[in-house]
Amino acid sequence: MAERTAVLGVGQTKYQTTRGDVSLPGLVREAAYRALEDAELDWNDIDAVVVGKAPDFFEGVMQPELFLAEALGAVGKPLLRVHTAGSVGGSTAVVAASLVQAGIHRRVLTLGFEKQSESNATWALSLPQPFSVSINAGAGGYFSPIIRQYMARTNAPELIGCMVAFKDRQHALRNPYAHLQQKDLTFDQVVESPMLWEPIRFSETCPSSDGACALVLGDEAAGDAASKPVAWIHGAALRSEANNFPGRDEVNPQASRDCADDVFAQAGITDRRAEIDEVEIYVPFSWYEPMWLESLGFCEIGDGWKLVEEGATHLDGGDLPVNCSGGVLSSNPIGASGMIRFAEAALQVRGMAGDHQVEGARKAFGHAYGGGAQYYATWIVGSDKPTS
Amino acid sequence: MSADPSIPPAALSGEVSLPEQLADVEPVRSVRTPIRLEYDFIPGSASSGYLNAFADRKILGQRSPVDGAVFVPPRGVDPRHGAATPDYVELPDTGHVGGFCVTRLPIPGRDDLEIPYVSAWIHLDGADIGFLGLVAGIDTSEVRMGMRVRAVWKPDDELGRTAENILYWEPTGEPDIPVTAAGTNAWHAKQAAAGEQG
Repeated sequence: MAERTAVLGVGQTKYQTTRGDVSLPGLVREAAYRALEDAELDWNDIDAVVVGKAPDFFEGVMQPELFLAEALGAVGKPLLRVHTAGSVGGSTAVVAASLVQAGIHRRVLTLGFEKQSESNATWALSLPQPFSVSINAGAGGYFSPIIRQYMARTNAPELIGCMVAFKDRQHALRNPYAHLQQKDLTFDQVVESPMLWEPIRFSETCPSSDGACALVLGDEAAGDAASKPVAWIHGAALRSEANNFPGRDEVNPQASRDCADDVFAQAGITDRRAEIDEVEIYVPFSWYEPMWLESLGFCEIGDGWKLVEEGATHLDGGDLPVNCSGGVLSSNPIGASGMIRFAEAALQVRGMAGDHQVEGARKAFGHAYGGGAQYYATWIVGSDKPTS
Repeated sequence: MSADPSIPPAALSGEVSLPEQLADVEPVRSVRTPIRLEYDFIPGSASSGYLNAFADRKILGQRSPVDGAVFVPPRGVDPRHGAATPDYVELPDTGHVGGFCVTRLPIPGRDDLEIPYVSAWIHLDGADIGFLGLVAGIDTSEVRMGMRVRAVWKPDDELGRTAENILYWEPTGEPDIPVTAAGTNAWHAKQAAAGEQG
């Protein structure tokens, strides 16, 4: 049986367009330090470090994990890096957890980061290749046809995406770490914002952020010894698939469904909507909220947009609050974005989410996806120790 | 946050302290250092076969030995089964729009593109996956999933081993393919039809 594993500490930096006051090492150290402080541990208590970030050309620094080893207190310790494009923050946390679950290490520091101000992600995602025309405008250009397919399949009302975007920006006002703090934003302003990648509007996309997020994970003894509440890992799963093959369901990829089935089975959850109290899913473009709600089995296929329309995913009054932190739509330091989802799920079940806390949250779901919607990472954390 | 002795206070406050003699100088907060790298690309056998034929106005795909699915551009392997795909298939320069995006912002390196423009997954007749192409010769609001298109090529003397040989895809005017059989649905529609024929 796997070693029971807990999130002992969470550290985040304030997400913003430019952290000009710190270097990359300074940025990651800030998050790592805060996670250790939250866990009431010291650098010496850490056995291994697992880091993740988006592909190297996003910042133009090759293998940054090597020169960040000192800033992360990893000199003389195992240091791993995980590579799964935009899902990497989630995958990194799952890999870190596996080192504790396998009994290899007792306490692991894991961290995701991005300093988008130091490069141009749209350029990095639009690199010319001789066998393909270079007309794809970054991630929005890639995901727009898939969103259009979802809209065609479900006949969802046209403004569902705007409702998601407005909700997440409202949630962000209750999270001091969130990048976008648009106090005066109105729903009409979201609707009237310019189309960038039709049908995706400017206000329905994520910002470019600098930031880092860190977690300290520990084994059962470490979790029992903690003086603050910890988040116990009830399930963690990874899946991937190729991004272009005959008959691929791009709206609801098999790897996404398989990853969800695996993690819910591990956690012994049968009624996903009823048993999960808070959901942090990776939504860089607004329409991905209803799309993932369906794919992850929180509702029937074709019904995701109805949850949005009913307000079921809103922190105020919703029965399945989604992205109470403001989500990727409000903060996107790419390599950290997946880990922020996992960290926010942990904060919810620890009762430490502050103004965006779901009252009495006992189980929460963290999710990340990446590449051409082909890499998936999920975890379920709970206030109580898993029974099996 | 409380003081971490390893983080200099200036790093947390964002302040930069300068020696006396530099008091009037504006501090350098960031430096932009553009870099350039030129390289030769060796595409491997599948992509070489594709690009060489493409320079002669021919579109080559490869057929899966497992179930006959045709991939274009060919990459030498069927990603579903890991099977090598040594057999080339010549494909016509007609097909349909599987999915598309109306892009309204400039992209790096393509200042020549007039905004808005349509990038689309083109599903060639006889191919089982889509590849990227520009759709033009039609108002962007008229582009549809399932719309039939044909390639508009560069003049013969301007062709090379590059995807830019096809300038854009224009509507043929033929009736659309039903959305349920377009794009990534095409494979399932084809399998279902083959099943009915026994």
